Amino acid sequence: MTPVAVNIRKLRYAFDTHGPYALDGISADIRTGGVTGLVGPDGAGKTTLLRLMAGLLLPEEGTLRVFGTDTRKAGAALARTLGYMPQKFGLYEELTVRQNMKLHADLQGLVGDERQKAFARLLSFTALEPFQERLAGRLSGGMKQKLGLACALLRKPRLLLLDEPSVGVDPVSRRELWRMVQELVDETVAVVWSTAYLDEAEKCDDILLLNEGRLLFAGIPSALTDTMSGRCFQLRDMSGNRRRLLNEALKQTGVQDGVVQGRSLRLVLSKDVTADALDAFAARGHLQSVKPRFEDAFIDILGGGPGGESPLAAAMAAVTDTGRTAVMAEGLTKKFGDFTAVRDVSFAIERGEIFGLLGPNGAGKSTTFKMLCGLLHPTVGAGRVAGVDLLKAPGKARSRLGYMAQKFSLYGDLSARQNLDFFAGIYGLAGSRKRRTVDRMISTFNLEPFLAVSARELPLGFKQRLALACAVMHEPAVLFLDEPTSGVDPITRREFWTHINGLVERGMTILVTTHFMDEAEYCDRIALIYRGQLMATAPPDALKEKVKSERLPDPSLEDAFIELIHRWDTSP
Amino acid sequence: MNGWRRIKALILKEFIQVLRDPSSLLIAFVLPAILLFLFGFGVSLDARQVRIGVAVQGSGAPAYELASAFMASPWFEADLEKDPRPLEREVLAGRLRGMVVIPQDFSRDLGRKDAVSVQVIADGSETNTANYVQNYARGVVSSWSMVEGIKKGTDSDFGPQLLSRIWFNPELESRNSLIPGAVAIIMAIIGTLLTALVVSREWERGTMESLMSTPVGMFELLLGKMVPYFILGLLAMLGSVVVAIGLFHLPFRGSPAFLLLVASAFLLAALGQGLLISTLAKNQFIAAQAALVTGFLPAFLLSGFVFEIASMPLPIRILTRIVPARYLVSGLQTLFLVGDVQKVLWTDTLILLLLAALLFALTARKTVRRLR
Repeated sequence: MTPVAVNIRKLRYAFDTHGPYALDGISADIRTGGVTGLVGPDGAGKTTLLRLMAGLLLPEEGTLRVFGTDTRKAGAALARTLGYMPQKFGLYEELTVRQNMKLHADLQGLVGDERQKAFARLLSFTALEPFQERLAGRLSGGMKQKLGLACALLRKPRLLLLDEPSVGVDPVSRRELWRMVQELVDETVAVVWSTAYLDEAEKCDDILLLNEGRLLFAGIPSALTDTMSGRCFQLRDMSGNRRRLLNEALKQTGVQDGVVQGRSLRLVLSKDVTADALDAFAARGHLQSVKPRFEDAFIDILGGGPGGESPLAAAMAAVTDTGRTAVMAEGLTKKFGDFTAVRDVSFAIERGEIFGLLGPNGAGKSTTFKMLCGLLHPTVGAGRVAGVDLLKAPGKARSRLGYMAQKFSLYGDLSARQNLDFFAGIYGLAGSRKRRTVDRMISTFNLEPFLAVSARELPLGFKQRLALACAVMHEPAVLFLDEPTSGVDPITRREFWTHINGLVERGMTILVTTHFMDEAEYCDRIALIYRGQLMATAPPDALKEKVKSERLPDPSLEDAFIELIHRWDTSP
Repeated sequence: MNGWRRIKALILKEFIQVLRDPSSLLIAFVLPAILLFLFGFGVSLDARQVRIGVAVQGSGAPAYELASAFMASPWFEADLEKDPRPLEREVLAGRLRGMVVIPQDFSRDLGRKDAVSVQVIADGSETNTANYVQNYARGVVSSWSMVEGIKKGTDSDFGPQLLSRIWFNPELESRNSLIPGAVAIIMAIIGTLLTALVVSREWERGTMESLMSTPVGMFELLLGKMVPYFILGLLAMLGSVVVAIGLFHLPFRGSPAFLLLVASAFLLAALGQGLLISTLAKNQFIAAQAALVTGFLPAFLLSGFVFEIASMPLPIRILTRIVPARYLVSGLQTLFLVGDVQKVLWTDTLILLLLAALLFALTARKTVRRLR
């Protein structure tokens, strides 16, 4: 076995003396010679643990040793063995690429020949050579990430700490970074890569799985996924409505988890349940055993998924009055000065459809999204929601749509009840109708115990419920979701999509932006947006089908995405 | 050796940032210029040419001579009337700040010593101006009666005379005391507001984290922040003093060496305050609020630059003692208007250094190598 780089024993840490532990009783070893994934949803304690390893925080209880030295005693010596890339990459945006590197070289005492060599090596390694004089603030997300990495690598650290390096970066750059990090690893170097993306965990040599400050698992990822082997199935080529089928499957005893994957369903059985439990579904399509994923194991540890019923959808009136087409984009174009953010985008979303806008950061998906919910005026073109022209009657159109922004945009200082009252008010509900609606939201989402709690302090799952409640209280015909579940734990995400699936069955139409492949799989159709243009509009399975080749016999949606972008870039 | 290299790198970085970031440029250069010109041209606490009315009810030469003395006074712009009633209406309408009524029997009674009176009415809704009207009117009357006495050769009859001299600022130009105050405010802005903002921005953008994970020590980090803003502060001070002397014709009676000393001591205290704020507040919004409330506003209100400290209630007077700008205003006003009064200047400097030491000690204690 390779040497231990970081040795953690009974580590505890709390941000304030009376508050809960951000990290509670962590014991683990991180070894050199591989990438250790620090995996978990937002708020799991990943950043705190990385800061403790970097010596920026000191443990309250327990010990943390980096290459044998206690971080309490290490002082500046620790910094010399360490490369640390914080979230948002820690760059000075007013400085050029080269000035950023020079600053870090000076701070790390890298001079003379050694410095020139390091610069040459890293500039070619990151392919930033042509951009040396560009301001860091003007770089794309992927390039910023590479520059951040270059600054952390100047001194060839023995311990490289990367805090969510893949957030805000498109899948192409994400893969490139992964390849670069793989190149760095050797017998003397340890890399810690923190992520909320569970699919990244599977690629790591070793993982620490964190949830709410506790270590749920430490070891090689396959050791965890192996516990799930024989329990995961995919139902393909189904007859009938897949969302209703999923609902039925989740009611079946023995099924602990299930998700929609394009035209298929993915079902996971509880422990010690045999495949017979799925006999009833075998007739509905082609049932086959599939390889377990990391996420399946995570949910298993947490005690299974949340089930398939949506009390919210059950209490909603069916939407019937939108006509066949619920949302229409007609030649949408948006220019900001000389820059064309979106060019001639057209599509039509049918009633009761989940439609996804997928694309890398800066591709124009948010701009398209904002034009369709009336937050931006298109330079050319028009948008219609529930048959109402957004340009001609914006107020009327907006009253037919619900909007849920990224990271649950609630008023943090208002209580749950005040948030509900406020949103009911701005959607024009009043009197007994308002009271009935708010009461219904409280009872369907079980918000009763939290009514007096400020939204900021709500547990994540309840925050999400409250945000959804506020967005759908006025029973909109179309619901707009902006990256609704990124960074959220899989159980909370399952629950959210159960509600969405239920609402769609009641005739609501969903438009969702995402760069999260799991979310994209729930969509009926996806519009791939790249460089302001619509690259393709198709169901997820059709996109995968398009790129199927000998090299990629069973492409994932991410594979398809990357391949299609590649083809677009290389076509004349 | 490495330490100096690191500090040099940090200082260079800071200058590049200030020059490339529009919001820093605004605070470092544009805001000071605006303030200086505002106080130089716009704001004046002098009551020149206050509009009043003079009603001469009687006839006779003395009454008209007194009235013309009012007309000729540089302090007043007087409307002359026979009847006080239209003037009263003007005062009510706020078009006149006050009125003087020279009564019917003024000329006749003047020879008799006991009962000659002139009525002065001032608009008390603006107390300052009302005071000016009263005092200036008294001045006009007494200098007129003195001249009258000399003319008649009976000056002994007019009793003791008041010979007033105004020291340090003989023309009573409020600008002469306002500009040194403005310089103090400008330095407080750069020292406290700008510093608090740039450091908290480093927390917000995560760059502080990446700095702290390098071998940079706390002392180097603090020095790397202090030196650039110290230099910027001194440059701003220099620029303001040049403008004050060159454009606004302020006298400068002290020595440059003392100016440098007092200004440096103040900058240390202001920087200490800015750094302390940025350590406690990790986002720019809170830092800006804190810097405005604890730095800018006290420099404005409690430094004695606009409002006289001696006329504040006791608790506020005590509070002003911990406002660094108070000592800078005192020092600058002394240097501009009086000269090198060693006792005042050394006292101001020492107190400022003491405040600076206190603030730095607090900052160092709060900014341990931790991220909480």
